Amino acid sequence: MEKEILEHGLNFNRRRFLSRMSLGLGSVALGSLLMPDLFRSSGADEDGFTPGMPHFAPKAKRVIYLFQNGAPSQQELFDYKPKLRELMGQDLPPSVRGTQRLTGMTANQKEFPLVGSFVDFKQYGESRAWVSDLMPYTAGVVDDLCFVKSMYTEAINHDPALTFIQTGSQQGNRPSMGAWLSYGLGNENKNLPAFTVLLSRGIGNGQGVYSKLWSNGFLDSVHQGVQFSKGEDPVLYLRDPEGMTRTERRAMLDNLAQLNDLSYQEFGDPEIAAKVQQYEMAYRMQTAVPTVLDVSKEPDDIIKLYGPDCLVPGTFAANCLMARKLSENGVRFVQLYHQGWDQHGNLPFEIAKQAKDVDQASAALITDLKQRGLLDETLVIWGGEFGRTSYTQGKLTKDNYGRDHHPRCFTIWMAGGGIKPGIVYGETDEMGYNIAQNPVHVHDFQATVLNQLGLNHEKLVFKYQGRRFRLTDVSGKVIHDIIA
Amino acid sequence: MKRLSYYLLALTLAILGFMQSCAKQSSSLADNEKIPEVVSYNFDIRPILSDKCSTCHGPDANKREAGLRLDDPESAFRALKEHPTAHALVAGKPELSEVFRRISTPDTSLLMPPPNSGLKLSAREINLIEKWIKQGATYEKHWAFVAPKAPKLPAVDQDKWPKNEIDYFILQKMEDKGLKPNEEADKERLLKRLSLDLTGLPPDLPLMDAFMADNSPNAYGKVVDALLKRPAYGEKMALHWLDVARYADSHGYQDDGYRTQWPWRDWVINAYNKNLPYAEFVTKQLAGDLMADPNGWGGPGTPTKEQLLATGFNRNHKITEEGGTIQEEYRAMYVTDRTDMFGKGLMGITMECAHCHDHKYDPFSQKEYYKLFAFFNNVKEVGMESVIGGPNTYAKKPLMEICDEDVQGILSFVNKLDTNRLIVSVMGDLDTTRSTFIFNRGVYDDHGDEVQPGTPASILPFSDKYPKNRLGLAKWMFDRKNPLTARVYVNQLWQEFFGTGIIRTAGDFGMQGELPSHPELLDWLAVDFMNHGWNIKRLVKQMVTSATYRQSAVVSKEKLQTDPNNRLLARGPRYRIEAEFVRDLVLSSSGLLNRRIGGPSVKPYQPPGLWEGATSGRGLLSMYVQDHGDKLYRRGMYTLIKRTVPPPSMAIFDASNRDLCEVRRLKTNTPLQALVMLNDPTVLEASRVLAAKLLQEKSGTEAKINKAFRLIVARKPTEKEVAVLSEYYRSELKNLTRPHAEKALAVGEYPIPKTLDKVQLAAMMRIVSTIYNLEETITKS
Repeated sequence: MEKEILEHGLNFNRRRFLSRMSLGLGSVALGSLLMPDLFRSSGADEDGFTPGMPHFAPKAKRVIYLFQNGAPSQQELFDYKPKLRELMGQDLPPSVRGTQRLTGMTANQKEFPLVGSFVDFKQYGESRAWVSDLMPYTAGVVDDLCFVKSMYTEAINHDPALTFIQTGSQQGNRPSMGAWLSYGLGNENKNLPAFTVLLSRGIGNGQGVYSKLWSNGFLDSVHQGVQFSKGEDPVLYLRDPEGMTRTERRAMLDNLAQLNDLSYQEFGDPEIAAKVQQYEMAYRMQTAVPTVLDVSKEPDDIIKLYGPDCLVPGTFAANCLMARKLSENGVRFVQLYHQGWDQHGNLPFEIAKQAKDVDQASAALITDLKQRGLLDETLVIWGGEFGRTSYTQGKLTKDNYGRDHHPRCFTIWMAGGGIKPGIVYGETDEMGYNIAQNPVHVHDFQATVLNQLGLNHEKLVFKYQGRRFRLTDVSGKVIHDIIA
Repeated sequence: MKRLSYYLLALTLAILGFMQSCAKQSSSLADNEKIPEVVSYNFDIRPILSDKCSTCHGPDANKREAGLRLDDPESAFRALKEHPTAHALVAGKPELSEVFRRISTPDTSLLMPPPNSGLKLSAREINLIEKWIKQGATYEKHWAFVAPKAPKLPAVDQDKWPKNEIDYFILQKMEDKGLKPNEEADKERLLKRLSLDLTGLPPDLPLMDAFMADNSPNAYGKVVDALLKRPAYGEKMALHWLDVARYADSHGYQDDGYRTQWPWRDWVINAYNKNLPYAEFVTKQLAGDLMADPNGWGGPGTPTKEQLLATGFNRNHKITEEGGTIQEEYRAMYVTDRTDMFGKGLMGITMECAHCHDHKYDPFSQKEYYKLFAFFNNVKEVGMESVIGGPNTYAKKPLMEICDEDVQGILSFVNKLDTNRLIVSVMGDLDTTRSTFIFNRGVYDDHGDEVQPGTPASILPFSDKYPKNRLGLAKWMFDRKNPLTARVYVNQLWQEFFGTGIIRTAGDFGMQGELPSHPELLDWLAVDFMNHGWNIKRLVKQMVTSATYRQSAVVSKEKLQTDPNNRLLARGPRYRIEAEFVRDLVLSSSGLLNRRIGGPSVKPYQPPGLWEGATSGRGLLSMYVQDHGDKLYRRGMYTLIKRTVPPPSMAIFDASNRDLCEVRRLKTNTPLQALVMLNDPTVLEASRVLAAKLLQEKSGTEAKINKAFRLIVARKPTEKEVAVLSEYYRSELKNLTRPHAEKALAVGEYPIPKTLDKVQLAAMMRIVSTIYNLEETITKS
């Protein structure tokens, strides 16, 4: 099997090389004839690991991670806790709370009144999964989803928790998941980066996002997440200056290549040839990226599926549609961030808006991938960096409350990519405060994601500063029960 | 035409094949390499043990298997715990040594390292271990933890070549491998290399003319001296130090608010320009607050404001402003950051590995980590002092205030532009001692034993004669017996001038670090540096006046094959310049560069929406308000660094994000870099401004191209180059329409002279922009 994968990889590269050779870019330059490898990696590995090759047969080829930044409250979305309504206003029993540390925001609170969700839940689909009324579209695709209700993390504040779930370390300066996958599996589309990032924001209380979340860390910078922005330049500096036609750009690059070639003849440095190559890649990206991102040719039923917001650049819906297009074009890891889920107060109002921002498009993405036959090979993940407390932060009034950070349990869902559809994994206790069954640590989650992509999390290592680093640091186990 | 393509195709395939084969060869070379006559523990065996065995049989007591430790002879020669009749090592007898038996057995259930570890020994490694045991299995202390002694200069055959001591060591290695040094680089290229290395700027025309005209034997020495005197020298040297000290203009966590730490950066530039000895440079930064008098090394009294400002060094780390922070968790993180920076940046060791457990490879215990930690644990600080807000949050206590009279006096190098209150985070200890405990598994609230300040014994025990504070720590660092301090800084400087350190892993001199390419040279330089009062400029001058440095960068096929990474330095350094210097080169060659030194960081052109898209919406840095006027044209090192969204054109060229101490930047080559050079308004505007200047001169097209080329590439173009560019200019003149030309010119805020013909200007602008995009332009070669 491993041999087959290797053969496949070699053939793939050969085919690509030959097809590029016949493209005929109209240049006599050295560079345009070189084998194109847009995101060339220079880091040779000492442990016999071949970057760009899975360890075993992968179930998924690509990932789309719909990150809900700020930590959405599981009690209002997917983790149905009727008991909390019964206990409304009663203090969280110290036996349940245990010795858990609290954030500086509620540590000084004298009471911890439990608060039930303001919104109702119903069961849906054949799987009878509970979903709140805030997520009607998601409710329609529950049979494709695997809910994990027993996620837990180590950090209690946004910055370290975000960094932890994306890079496996709270401190940053490590490669994020997308960078590891780019390093481990290489790139499917040589005209697009393997790891792209799309940002959007709701009206809820927001937390920033940080470029360290899509950092390449100590890996070669070709593995860094490339942020696609909503502006006219989806990739920074992509657009040629005003007044320059494609023909004129081509002419400039031809002249440039000719001059660089003179320099190559003098110095013999392969870096010069590589540079010419990178300019040719840049040129091709200039055409490839806008073509991929053009939504004008999407049919009406697709626009309807994602909702009218998908035509408004910078919205979560537009990013979901873009995510499908990038993913279908071979982008290994598409990372979305939707900000605004940090409901310390005014939760009922804010979370309803946040849910409305993301519900339809998240479900649409699942439906869309499925109808294209892509869901099997695309792993979709939906979730935040931690959960929220079952007790209220601040004052509990008849129709208003807030919830503080809660690392002990939270809910995410996954779909496609060889994950069992229509199941719920893990349980929290009846107060939704502690995990009652099947805890899933962030490193377990990361190990499982890598596993679906054909990578053994203990073998995907990079030696830096004398240590072999992993996404899962020193722990993590694959959750086999959720794998189809 | 067709023939040419075939020729190029063949050439390309040949190069491809060549590149692939040399990549393979470099690894197979090591495998085929001969086993040395005498196997050295330090250079042959330790790297194998450290990399392949230490995880289970190394210094970490908690992960040790079978009670066996292979890095420690006492344990390795002792009877095995589980098989008292057997021994891991029996000197002279590999067949009786369990080590050799277990690494060479065909039985996979016995094989070491165990197959499931993913680690494997090569045939050569097994042979080396066998021979080492045969020769008596002698252990040596790790070379980097033994204080350097100046070795004798080696004898060389080609004894006319060396210009100074460096060259003897370099040449000897070359001769061992049968290589000859390259010729000296041509004067123009040499001047560009030198100017970039000493000032971060390309040479200007008067300097080029003067140097080309100077035929005296000491012409090169004179230009070195002249460049060392330029204020830009301090800026150039400071840049690397800003990476080490993780300097930035924002607090770094979550909301990522603004901070005014830049006066510390001005201090660094000034210190390099004044040529502060390295010992004083570091001591002030580590312990300026504990130094009493301006010349002093301790004693009662209060430090000067200059000494205090230097200590901003240890407060450049990220500081949280996130509500709900648990104070002690973050305070512990700051102390950890300082400890790790001290290890990596100043001592060249991966101390951070001992944060959670004993170091797995180097002889540093977890206890020793916290002893070092104790030096930095007494600061009058809290985890979260204030949430994001106004000017009072731009520095965190302990802080100092810089008032206008300081700027007129002792802090005259601080480029304060207004009379607003200016505060900087600096060091200051509590009056009492905060107890330091080992953090079990690195967890801040899981305390183990209490520890006292101290240093890793395997490097150098902490002497009783030193005070147990940061000033004592500085004295320990600059103790002549300290084996690391001088080597580490010499190596960092070497890396600045030759691209790669004598030890490639500049942040890891430990057992997992790479071995030095020229160990004797490193020791010679380290001892010489100490003997000459830690004089930085002197050391810089030694490096750049060596024959090694002055070689041409031409790579022959032979050298590319035997030494693809130029570790033997049989040719001059050739690599892309740092992100900040790419910007500097563009601005200075076009004449736009604003040469003001220091002051608050600035916000030049940046693609819209980057800050806005990633912000929480709070604070001064939530929206990018671009600067105007001459603030648009300042050197790259003054571009404001907002840690969570660092300046994109810098990040694309591998600049540090300044999250943590960094001693070595990556040097990558990506299409995004091509896009920056092609489309960044900074480059386009510079092209337009320079084109306008050229067109205003009364000269012919070729003369204009010639001048642009000299300004940008720092050499005269060849006839062929001029021909290509002139032809390109003529065709652009023909192609460009007036409306297109007008659009092309509408970039940047610098005014366009009204008198110029738009089509001509746009055509010339494209020529200049093409020159900016040449590989050679942003390459030191």
